[in-house]
Amino acid sequence: MPLLFTYSLRNLRVRKLTNALTAGGMALVVFVYAAVLMLDTGLEKTMASTGEENNVIFLRRSAEVEIQSVIDRRQASIIEGEPELMIGQEGIPLVSKEVVVMIALPGSDRSRTRSITTRGVGPRVLALRPQVKLTVGRMFVPGSSEIVIGGRFEGIEIGSQIRFAQREWQVVGRFDAGGSGFDSEIWGDSEQFMQAFRREVFSSVVVRLADPEAFSKLKARLESDPRLTIEAKRERRFYEEQSNTLSGLIKVLGITLSTLFSLAAVIGATITMYAAVAMRKREIGVLRALGFRQLSILAAFLAEAMFLGLAGWAAGLTLASFMMQVKITTLNWTSFSELAFPFVLTPRIVLQSLLFALGMGFLGGFLPAVQAARMKIVDALRAI
Amino acid sequence: MTSQRSPDAHSGDDVLIALRGVSKAYRRGKEVVPVLSDIGFDIRRGEFLALMGPSGSGKSTLLNLIAGIDNPDSGSIVVGGNDITRLPEASLADWRAANVGFIFQFYNLMPVLTALENVELPLTLTHLGRRERRDHALLALELVGLSDRIKHFPSELSGGQQQRVAIARAIVTDPTLLVADEPTGDLDRQSAEEVLTIMQRLNREMGTTIIMVTHDRRAAEHAKAIMHLEKGELAERVELRRE
Ligand SMILES: Nc1ncnc2c1ncn2[C@@H]1O[C@H](COP(=O)(O)OP(=O)(O)O)[C@@H](O)[C@H]1O
Ligand SMILES: [Mg+2]
Repeated sequence: MPLLFTYSLRNLRVRKLTNALTAGGMALVVFVYAAVLMLDTGLEKTMASTGEENNVIFLRRSAEVEIQSVIDRRQASIIEGEPELMIGQEGIPLVSKEVVVMIALPGSDRSRTRSITTRGVGPRVLALRPQVKLTVGRMFVPGSSEIVIGGRFEGIEIGSQIRFAQREWQVVGRFDAGGSGFDSEIWGDSEQFMQAFRREVFSSVVVRLADPEAFSKLKARLESDPRLTIEAKRERRFYEEQSNTLSGLIKVLGITLSTLFSLAAVIGATITMYAAVAMRKREIGVLRALGFRQLSILAAFLAEAMFLGLAGWAAGLTLASFMMQVKITTLNWTSFSELAFPFVLTPRIVLQSLLFALGMGFLGGFLPAVQAARMKIVDALRAI
Repeated sequence: MTSQRSPDAHSGDDVLIALRGVSKAYRRGKEVVPVLSDIGFDIRRGEFLALMGPSGSGKSTLLNLIAGIDNPDSGSIVVGGNDITRLPEASLADWRAANVGFIFQFYNLMPVLTALENVELPLTLTHLGRRERRDHALLALELVGLSDRIKHFPSELSGGQQQRVAIARAIVTDPTLLVADEPTGDLDRQSAEEVLTIMQRLNREMGTTIIMVTHDRRAAEHAKAIMHLEKGELAERVELRRE
C-alpha cells in the first residue's frame, strides 16, 4: 500500500472512539440497507420457487391472482384435452384443476386469526409439482374429507382435525415445498373443496408441458379459442409477479429508510473528518512542503473517510448476515394470503452494500478533503 | 539540477538563487502589513547562509518564498534558472519534491509513521522502487546516526533524535537546497550542537546549499555567512570564513 495511504489508515487508530462511533453509524445504515436487499431477494426466491418452469397456469383473462379467477368445468376439460400436455404414469395427462379459497384460522396464540390459503388440487398434483414432497403421513384420498398441510404448519399435528367451510377435515400428512409459497397452504381434494365451499367453478387449471418450448404455441391457440375466456402464463412467471407489490413496498420503504439514515451517517463522517483535518493542519502543511500535490492530499483524506466506510461495511454486513437465521411471516399484499420468506444474502448484495458504504465515506470525506487540499501551506504550517 | 547559469546572475560565481525586487505583505482585515520590501540578493551554490534578525522581521517569510511554499506579491525568485514564482501549484510541488529539503523548528514528523517511514515518505514522490527507497532511507538515517532507531515512532524519540530524523527526511532526496527554520530553537545545547554539526558536514561533504533561519548567535556561527534582516530589509552580510 502506498505510504500516504498507510498514513491515512494509521491515523484512524489515533482517535479510536470517534472513528469507531462514526464507522458504527455507517454500519447501522449498511445493516438496514443490506437487510432490505436480503429480504427482497428472499421474497423473490420464495415466490419464484413456487412456480415450476414446465408448468402453465390458466386463469380467467385479466385475473391477476387465483382468488379472482374462475374457470368453469367445460373450459377446464377443453384445456385438459390439449396435445401438448405431459402424459403421466397411468396414461392420464398431468393436470390439476384447482380451487383456491382464503380461510381464517385461529393463530397459535389464539388471540389473532391467520389468513390461510386452502387449495383444492387434482389427484396428480404431486407429479405436477415435483418440488412438493410428502414428509410425514400420506396424501389425502380423493373423495374424502382429508387434507395435507404445508411445512410451515408445525403446530398442527398429523391426525388432528381442522374446521373450516362447515366441515371437520382430517389432517393426514405434511408436505415440504422447499420453502416456497405452497408451504403456507392447506391442500385437499378440489371436488371436496368445491362442495364444501359451495362453488361451481375452478380458480385455475395447472398443466405440465411435455415440451416447455410448446408454451407460446399453446398459449396463442387457446387464448384465441372463442370457447375459452382464459389467459395462459408460465407458472414461475405468475408467482414472480405475485411478489411485485410486496417487493415494491419493501424496496420503497427500505430505500427511504437507508437514504435518511445514510444522510445522518454522512453528516457524522463529515464532522469527524473536519475534526481530523483541523487537528492535522500542520501535517498537511508539511506534506505539501515535501512536494505532495493538492490532489494527493485530497486523495489521502478521501481514502481515510472511505476506510471508515469500509469498516462500517464490514461491521454492518456481519450484523446483517445474522439475519439469515430469521424468517419473516407476512401477508402477501397481492393475494392477501400469509407468506413466509427468509433473508437471503447474495454476492450481489455484498458488493452493492460495499459500494453504498464506500459512497457514504466518499461523500462524508469530500468537503473536509477539499478543505485540506486547498489550505495555504504557510497557514497550515503556522497552525499549532 | 546541474550547474545551469541563471540569466540574472551578475557575478561570475555559480549562483543558485537570485532574488530580484521581492516584496511581500500580509493583510490583516483591512490593514496591509508589509513584511518584505524590495529584497534582492544572490545565493551561491554550496553556500551555508544563516539568516538572522529580530522576531517578526520576516525571516521565515523570506525562507518560505525561497523554498517555494509561499508566493511574493512582486519580484522574481530564480532558482537554478527557473523562476519559481511563475510555476503553477502542481509544478511547484514537483519542483519542491525534487529540489528542496525542509527542516522545521518543531521537527514536524508524521506521528503515525516510524522513523524509517518518515524518511521514506518524500521518496514516494520519486521514481525509485521499493527496495531503493528503503535503502536510501536507511542510508540517510545512518548518516544522522540513527540506524538503531528505524522502527521507533516519533513519540518514542527525544527532541534531538526527532530533529535528526527530520534532517534525514530532508536530505534523503538529495536536494539542491536545504532550508531550515530555527532548526535548533527547540533543542538543548548538546542536541543543537549535534544537529548543526550534521548540517555543516552535509554542506562541506555533499555540497548541499543551506539557508538557516536562527536568532541564536552560536548556531549562526556554524554557517559560512550571516545575513541580517531588519524590518523587511537586508541590513548587513558577514562572511565568517571562505574555503
Ligand atoms: N500567514 C500570515 N498571515 C498574516 N501575517 C503573517 C503571516 N505570516 C507572517 N505574518 C506576519 O509577518 C511578519 C513576519 O513574520 P515572520 O516571517 O514569521 O517573521 P520571523 O520569522 O522573522 O519572526 C510578522 O509580523 C507576522 O505576524
Ligand atoms: Mg520565524
